[in-house]
Amino acid sequence: MSLLRVENLSIAFGGVKAVDGVGFEVSEGEVFTIIGPNGAGKTTVFNLISRIYPPTSGRMLFGDTALERVAPHRVAGLGIARTFQNIELFEHATVLDNLLIGRHCHRATGLLAELFFLPKVREAELADREAVEKVIDLLDLAHYREARVAGLPYGVRKVVELARALAVRPKLLLLDEPSSGLNTEETDDMVWWIRDIKEELGITVLMIEHDMSLVGRVSDRVLALNYGKVIASGTPAEVQGHPEVIEAYLGA
Amino acid sequence: MRFIFKTTYEQDIRLVKHGGQAFWYGLLGLALAAAPLLPEYYLSQLTFVCIYALVGVGLMLLTGYTGQISLGHAAFLAVGAYTEAVLQAKGVPFGVSLLAAGALAGLAGIVIGLPALRLTGIYLAIATIAFGFSVQEVLTRWESVTRGNSGITVKSISVGWFQFDAEWKLYYLTLGMLLISILAILNLLRAPTGRAFVAIRDSEISAQSMGIHLARTKTTAFALSAALTGIAGALYAHKLVFISPEQFGILLSIELAMMIFIGGIGSLHGAVYGAVFLIALPQLIAVMKDHLPAAIGHQTGLEPTVFGLIMVLVILFEPLGIYGRWLKVRYYLETFPLYKKDSFRRQKTFMKSERLR
Repeated sequence: MSLLRVENLSIAFGGVKAVDGVGFEVSEGEVFTIIGPNGAGKTTVFNLISRIYPPTSGRMLFGDTALERVAPHRVAGLGIARTFQNIELFEHATVLDNLLIGRHCHRATGLLAELFFLPKVREAELADREAVEKVIDLLDLAHYREARVAGLPYGVRKVVELARALAVRPKLLLLDEPSSGLNTEETDDMVWWIRDIKEELGITVLMIEHDMSLVGRVSDRVLALNYGKVIASGTPAEVQGHPEVIEAYLGA
Repeated sequence: MRFIFKTTYEQDIRLVKHGGQAFWYGLLGLALAAAPLLPEYYLSQLTFVCIYALVGVGLMLLTGYTGQISLGHAAFLAVGAYTEAVLQAKGVPFGVSLLAAGALAGLAGIVIGLPALRLTGIYLAIATIAFGFSVQEVLTRWESVTRGNSGITVKSISVGWFQFDAEWKLYYLTLGMLLISILAILNLLRAPTGRAFVAIRDSEISAQSMGIHLARTKTTAFALSAALTGIAGALYAHKLVFISPEQFGILLSIELAMMIFIGGIGSLHGAVYGAVFLIALPQLIAVMKDHLPAAIGHQTGLEPTVFGLIMVLVILFEPLGIYGRWLKVRYYLETFPLYKKDSFRRQKTFMKSERLR
């Protein structure tokens, strides 16, 4: 069953067609990877899915919901969480607070209740904390729980961002280059975590990645983009062997 | 160093984290309660501190936590002060007029918050300055209500048979309002809305992807900040006894913004320290004047110069203001003699990537 179906998706910035008639389907429970050279439109596809840009044309179906009609701040509530290529954490807040903000879309307490910190707010806080602690356990972040993000090394921030997305408890997780800037060891950890996320948490992963060994190790299916168009899709091996992909991206 | 052994999540939610805090805040509370024993002049200055701190808390919520600059907060103070003055003259009971002052200022905050949804940084600052000028102009021209430049004399507060006619009564009232506001804002900051403010300050784009409604959250911040300032304005009117439009000009707005920067941006402590500083500095300068050589001491514009100088020094050497300095001093004492000189060295990050807007 497909969780996300993208049909004929296009966006043009003036004369530049960043994404041009892209279509793909992500099935429930798989790891789906988008590859392609710089400027191919990979991140733009992500930004379209998380509704940062409105598409020029095309459709995006998440379950039964037409995503192109959903307001940007409602996307998380539907069950789509994402990370960013350049890490967009809340720098001057602690790791714990960052993750708690991931729970924001599940909260229903009103402003007045919060000003008085009524018992129901306290209960909801404790429940959120528990949900967040599970993510902290999974990703081994206990050591950094109270640290401010601004002082953390790059590799840890990357994990914190993943944790924040997981705290949303999404159905679909968008990872924009999860291994960029990580060393070999950290990349290995990332491989394990992506597998855990898929197998233990049952979360579908849509990912952009340049590290072909990581792509090969975790992906079920791969889509290759170039100049905003799909040039190949299939299993990792199929796509890696595709002559156009080799020409445009991987090299011989 | 204090190490807190945590056994429940409750401990992270509590406002008072450990016995030390309970002790020192208790002591502070006793001192504040005993303040009416001071000579009346000092008590009067303390009342001013409470009023300014109330504005500071509101402004800190907006600028320090939500990251929206405002150089027009004197206008909200004016809205509050004039609402109170006009309503009181019409015989409206104090509780109602105080709430109305807060509500009307809050509404004004929503109005100025609307352009804030599209403007950031310096442009927002300009828009709020413009708002400040407009309000001042309205107060000057709308003579049938505000009596224009001739100003309004405000009577002392009376609730039923009780008259707030002595300084200590007004002091307790302002202190009470300040404490209630601080408590409410502390509650908010440990709840989702408060975290949403911080999220918007640090990265709007990812705040949005986490499900935060940017427009609504920013408007809430503006409304709350303005409402607190409006309530402070109502108390300010009673404290000043006489209000006129030129008291609420851009200079006051700038002073208020300076207050939270010098106090320490991004913490409620900073708002209070800033208020203490703002009230204490002119007194200190007045005292020092007599001991300085006449050429300096009797110079015109000594006070603004000292203010400006301190502002520059704070920005250069202590961007986190008085509160930041206090944290460092405390850390030094806690770790003595193991304090490392570089513990608080400002780190430079060399990775600067383009961010989504």
